[in-house]
Amino acid sequence: MSAPPILSVRGLRTTFATRHGMVTAVDGVDLEVLPGECLGVVGESGCGKSVTFASVMGLVKPPGRIAGGSIRFLDQELTTLDEARFRALRGRDMAMTMQDALTALNPAYTVADQIMEVVLEHDASLDGSARQRRAQARARALEMMDLVGIPSAAKRLDDYPHQFSGGMRQRIMIAIALACRPRLLIADEPTTALDVTIQAQVLDLISTLRTELGMSVVLITHDLAVVAEHCDRVVVMYAGQVVETAPTRALIDAPEHPYTRGLLASIPRLSALDAPLDPIDGRVPDLVDLPPGCRFRERCTVAEARCTSEVPMVPLAGERAVRCVLAEGGR
Amino acid sequence: MSAVPAAARPARSPVLENLAAFAASKLSLTCAVLVLGCVVLAIAAPLVAPHDPNEADLFRRLQPPAWMEGGEIAYLLGCDALGRDIASRIIYGARISIFIGAAVILVATTIGVLAGLAAGYLRGWVDVAISRLVDILLGFPYLIFAIALIAMTGPGLQNIILALAYKEWVIPCRVVRGETLAARELEYVEAARALGGSSRYIMWREILPNILSPVIVVSTVRMAHVIILEASLSFLGLGVQPPTASWGSMVADGRAFMLDAWWVSTFPGLAILVLVLSINVVSQGLRDAFDPRMRR
Amino acid sequence: MSLGRLIERLAQLVPVLLGVSAIVFLMMALTPGDPVEIMLGDQHVTEEQERALRHDMGLDLPPHERFVKFLANAAQGNFGQSFFHRQPVMDVIASRLPATIELSLVALVLALATAIPLGVLAAVKKDSWLDRAATVTSLFGVSLPGFWFGILLLMLFAVHLQVLPVAGRAGYESEVAPITHLLLIDTLLRGRLDAFLDALSHIILPAVTLGLPMAAILTRVTRTSMLEVLDQDYVTFARAKGLRRRAVLAKHALKNALIPTVTVAAIETGSLLGGNMVVETVFGWPGLGRLVVESIFVRNYPLVQAAVLIYAITYVMLNFLADVLYTVLNPRVRL
Repeated sequence: MSAPPILSVRGLRTTFATRHGMVTAVDGVDLEVLPGECLGVVGESGCGKSVTFASVMGLVKPPGRIAGGSIRFLDQELTTLDEARFRALRGRDMAMTMQDALTALNPAYTVADQIMEVVLEHDASLDGSARQRRAQARARALEMMDLVGIPSAAKRLDDYPHQFSGGMRQRIMIAIALACRPRLLIADEPTTALDVTIQAQVLDLISTLRTELGMSVVLITHDLAVVAEHCDRVVVMYAGQVVETAPTRALIDAPEHPYTRGLLASIPRLSALDAPLDPIDGRVPDLVDLPPGCRFRERCTVAEARCTSEVPMVPLAGERAVRCVLAEGGR
Repeated sequence: MSAVPAAARPARSPVLENLAAFAASKLSLTCAVLVLGCVVLAIAAPLVAPHDPNEADLFRRLQPPAWMEGGEIAYLLGCDALGRDIASRIIYGARISIFIGAAVILVATTIGVLAGLAAGYLRGWVDVAISRLVDILLGFPYLIFAIALIAMTGPGLQNIILALAYKEWVIPCRVVRGETLAARELEYVEAARALGGSSRYIMWREILPNILSPVIVVSTVRMAHVIILEASLSFLGLGVQPPTASWGSMVADGRAFMLDAWWVSTFPGLAILVLVLSINVVSQGLRDAFDPRMRR
Repeated sequence: MSLGRLIERLAQLVPVLLGVSAIVFLMMALTPGDPVEIMLGDQHVTEEQERALRHDMGLDLPPHERFVKFLANAAQGNFGQSFFHRQPVMDVIASRLPATIELSLVALVLALATAIPLGVLAAVKKDSWLDRAATVTSLFGVSLPGFWFGILLLMLFAVHLQVLPVAGRAGYESEVAPITHLLLIDTLLRGRLDAFLDALSHIILPAVTLGLPMAAILTRVTRTSMLEVLDQDYVTFARAKGLRRRAVLAKHALKNALIPTVTVAAIETGSLLGGNMVVETVFGWPGLGRLVVESIFVRNYPLVQAAVLIYAITYVMLNFLADVLYTVLNPRVRL
């Protein structure tokens, strides 16, 4: 590996105390984000991908809490960081966008206000009186709206979120996230709420800005097709664990984990429209009272007796790893 | 942040599950027992009341409660200005409060459910007519509406019930109309319609069972409210007329003796508070149990 | 909200107000027997006077004409003569109105000032002892019969501790020349601190009694909506932006959470009107509510009718105000 990672998660465990027992939504997750790369994090809903990055951002809501592991970001340990310092990181060095901009933007404030407040909070380069600082922040808001491609941005600064289209709202949310030029952008399902054509535009925008601003991007998605096009590396999660990690190309060409193969098989392909889609049968297991062993085995077509004992991550050649007993020359 | 995946739970009848969730709360259960206790006491008043509620005894005028000097254990909560036993009058007063509360809610819920179903399911001019009427009735503050009606018709048991029910039905009506509008769009109702089910069949068999939970919850909260309204009317002298014991008028009787006989007003008011509070807690428990969104 | 939309909403009030008037009018028709005879009871009047009263109430007209006359008169604030007071009904009502308005306003202010901070704190510190205390208090608040609570307060503060007066509005009322007719304001405007404190001591117990159920309801509404808002994505997003906790709560959460509170407050202000009758009776407050109750017992029907109509119109207008406030606070709803 070249440069040291800017984010490194080790053995992260995040649990939720519910009426039905303790749910371990994230169970021993390891992952790294390198400078300037785009990491795709893939899995079905409820696999723990969003909770993993909520933990990274320090935004896990009660009754959830981080129960173990370490999160290092820019050489700081986040799990023990006090709230004031953590707050200073959020929005400045690490930023996130949420699934649905309609609900993530506050309906009661103008978009200018919502971009400006993050600048006013974090940007040390603003100076002068309160009024001057506001003017500078407003100029930055305009600049950001231009950057993310809002047409006639100057006129629309004082509009409310509901006055924009879905794609434009998503861009505004990106503008807010990037207003302080963060080192890491966590984009949580940035396209799920959008039409297909708009999806591509938003993803392209994120990719372009990543190179322009030299930041790292984590793209959380359930869509392997999105990953294939935009990410350098992929982490596949299942039931709170990482089950496979690999460079994108290698993963698509030769998936190692049966779950990854299942995900790939369930993507419709332009080259083979007639081929039947092959969804994965069954559902994600109940995260309360998980039995030991491979969590995918109930749904796995090639499961064996030894799948019932604990399965570790197995490192493979080509900077990849997989959590499956069959991966190690088993086939 | 996306939620934790829903754990697969054994499928049970929703009603059973709701009742189980309700019973799981000790407070709700205790209050339900208290309410039932009040009802039993009211029904069995002639058997349990130690004295005739209207029997005046001027020698016992303003006799203090049993634990105070001059009190007697046979007159546990003391006596009022006419020497009548306050405890017995409270037990008899429960009859008025509970009977009027239940009657008003029964009448109002019946009218409200029918009107709400009709408005929500049939739409069209029926909906317009009912909704207009609802809007107009909502234009009156409740107590003022009831007071005005009773002022005109005179204070009798029946007039009180009608005066309250005339406005009360609006509340279940609005709830049912809203729920019906929502249920109308549900798939199974559409399916029943597509299969050629008659309107009446669909309303009774498909929609009504679904809107029952909110109606029950609303009825209980409203019953608590109606009991307070009835007590307020009695307090103002517009409720059931003396000598019939009612909690509101008993509190009013005691006003003149605030200085030297606090118990005359205090105990009947306490009875109202206990009953209404219990009903409200039960209602809260039902709401939590019926509304899975509130269950966390 | 656009002006056109505002006018449209105002126009929608017309059928409601007409309907309300019709019901108030019809209530009189429910009176069994001849209202004039009942009103006069065993008072000795000449046939002349009786006929005048009958004419004054429009009872010599056919019902539909009587309704038109009633509407026309009501629109001009003419509700006939109060036989009992020997002056126009409207004058009697007008003389009592300021006391009721003042009491309602103080109750409203008290309710808002306690309910909003309490509701917000309860939501922010969900499941803490404070949250539980707020929940229990508000449950008591909606379950307490106002008349009884008022009497308990009187027994404690006026009878036992003797720190507050038992009844009435003020001892100085006649001394302070009216400006707004609201004593608390007039006494301050005239620089009469002693009279202000006196007025305050009179109003505090009735206002607390009247405001308590409203405070209870508003605490609950605020808590619930605050909890809902705290769960919204935009609050998470505001935290993700690294805003201070106070900014997240005060700016992003509170403004949205207060929308239902303000709406309910406007509607509940209408319910204060009903509560007035009871509270004014308990505290001997010389307002409209007590006037109505007294008028019922002397069968002063025209006055009761007029007062009910005034209450209803006020109530309808308050609901309308709630609507307008809702749209002003909530830019999403472009009515």
